[in-house]
Amino acid sequence: MNKKQKRMLRRIILAAALLILFSLLPVEGWLRFALFMIPYFLIGYDILWDAVKGIKNLQPFDENFLMAVATVGAIALGDYKEGVAVMLFYQIGELFQSYAVGRSRRSISQLMDIRPDYANIEGENGQLEKVDPDEVPLGSIIVVQPGEKVPIDGVIEEGESTLDTAALTGESVPRDAAPGDEVISGCINLTGVLRIRTTKEFGESTVSKILELVENASSRKSRSENFISRFARVYTPAVCFSALALAVLPPLVRIVMGIPAEWGDWVYRALTFLVISCPCALVISIPLSFFAGIGGASSAGVLIKGSNYMETLAQVKTVAFDKTGTMTQGVFEVSGIHHSSMEEAELLEYAALAESYSSHPISQSLRRAWGGEPDKNRVSDVTELSGKGLTARVDGKTVAVGNAKLMELLGVEYKECHSVGTVVHVAIDGAYAGHILIADMLKPTAKSAVAAMKAAGVKKTVMLTGDAHAVAAQTAGELGADAFYAELLPGDKVDRVEKLLAENQGKEKLAFVGDGINDAPVLSRADVGIAMGALGSDAAIEAADVVLMDDDPMKIAKAINIAKKCIRIVYENIVFAIAVKLACLVLGALGITNMWAAIFADVGVMVIAVLNAIRALRVKNL
Amino acid sequence: MKKSYKIEVDCANCANKMELAAKKTEGVKDATVNFMALKMNVEFEEGADVKAVMQNVLKACKKVESDCEIFF
Repeated sequence: MNKKQKRMLRRIILAAALLILFSLLPVEGWLRFALFMIPYFLIGYDILWDAVKGIKNLQPFDENFLMAVATVGAIALGDYKEGVAVMLFYQIGELFQSYAVGRSRRSISQLMDIRPDYANIEGENGQLEKVDPDEVPLGSIIVVQPGEKVPIDGVIEEGESTLDTAALTGESVPRDAAPGDEVISGCINLTGVLRIRTTKEFGESTVSKILELVENASSRKSRSENFISRFARVYTPAVCFSALALAVLPPLVRIVMGIPAEWGDWVYRALTFLVISCPCALVISIPLSFFAGIGGASSAGVLIKGSNYMETLAQVKTVAFDKTGTMTQGVFEVSGIHHSSMEEAELLEYAALAESYSSHPISQSLRRAWGGEPDKNRVSDVTELSGKGLTARVDGKTVAVGNAKLMELLGVEYKECHSVGTVVHVAIDGAYAGHILIADMLKPTAKSAVAAMKAAGVKKTVMLTGDAHAVAAQTAGELGADAFYAELLPGDKVDRVEKLLAENQGKEKLAFVGDGINDAPVLSRADVGIAMGALGSDAAIEAADVVLMDDDPMKIAKAINIAKKCIRIVYENIVFAIAVKLACLVLGALGITNMWAAIFADVGVMVIAVLNAIRALRVKNL
Repeated sequence: MKKSYKIEVDCANCANKMELAAKKTEGVKDATVNFMALKMNVEFEEGADVKAVMQNVLKACKKVESDCEIFF
């Protein structure tokens, strides 16, 4: 609690104590009035003063004015206790609200605590100098020590370390970094000292872009928020005028009918209206829900550019996604070893050793799959046969590694492969030893990602790819996608997405997921465009509505779930607050409830709505 | 020209009042107050004296909400 809140808490406790004490005293008349005025002014002087100022500035109808009228009215009717209590509970509600909002603001800004405060540059004598990251020119060398944040995007010139990217991506496994690697600002340097040549200015760096994006997110208002601000604008004056009508009309009717007017009773009912007329619960809890949802999402590595996209994301029923780079790794990996006459690892070792002098991507993937460090003394007599493969002597055996043409050339009988991908045949000492299949691998989580989307309420998953039909069919089958369209040019993808958009009915929305390369038009055409693996890719951050910081496709379902939870909370709050208020208005008009119930309804609903809103922050288990 | 300022204010409605007051200030083209982030984004009119305009914005805000603060 800050100073102001503590002062308010003391005022509340003191006023409450006095209120209880004076209610127990057996005093009557003017003395009673004078005594109750002490806690009343103690707790309400600022409200009364603000109400006077509101009238002076010609802006009545604010909550201060309503509270002032209601309590002054109650006191004028002789209900001193109620007048003071209403003011007291109103202040308790305000205190709670400012405390809760402050707390959640702090926890959200902690989540987003990636802003670097300084950058180290080396002075003339090698000593480090701390400067404002804004003042570091492009291409200068900055030094990042263990435990410090990387302040500006750049390339490592010197030093090796591991980087913690959790604040950016939600990914807890640290990344290794070595000279020549690009590093993005916002990562925390864990182990070694790094010297980094900056490739961007601070304002253009990843960390600045992300912060700007999150901070501006709430300026794109959702439909629910617009609804609430329109509702609040109508609600308060409407309730005020009904209160006036309730105070005046029934007594007049009664006079006409010749029965006692009972002014006091009707004015009391009208004052109850005024207490309920504050739309605080809605005005505070709806933006708070969205803010908490966006904050929680960014801590999980999902940046949502606005409350409106949160709303759209929650209604997604069709997800169209790109294949290469989105569901697959976009690099070639050994995906299978077939018909091997020996241990698979042994076959792989022979192939990797034979290829150890080659820098071809396929040789590299063979070596990666084998995992060992090739001992080049074991390899001799390497002969490359361009377009076919190569032969070499490994451990004294003649090894031939290559495609079908090589096998035909050597007169080795080989087996065709039925899987899709690049096939590398291996023959040892003239005998066929099996083949190794190299393909663009699915990401390890790709299959469960599609299943998770289904579980999140997505009705249709569609894969769009520029790849050949056979490859697409196999990938889509493995993923469990509902449909796929292959051999699409970038323009065809837009057409396809437009057709899918037309198939959606009512509020069903379509999301497109891509890796941000070449698919900017599709990202912007879809109802909500999701770019993944966007760290460091400015184009993707610009074009997309939702940015997944790392390239894990599981985050798609997670983003949808976060949005759904947030929207559910928003609707809960809207329905709950409006229902309780309307019920109290009706009961108040009938004279069934009194001012006590009204103030409890007002403050209680607000407290519950705010607590509910803060739930949107928790996204860990979605 | 656009600038962003840190503000301090207690309630959501007070923030809305500040936004309205800032918008009406001379030299301000548009203003938005983000209560959650405690930020005021001000777009100034061409050739406006930023310092002087912000003084007036603060004065206007203080008038509607005596408890607020703008840091510039």
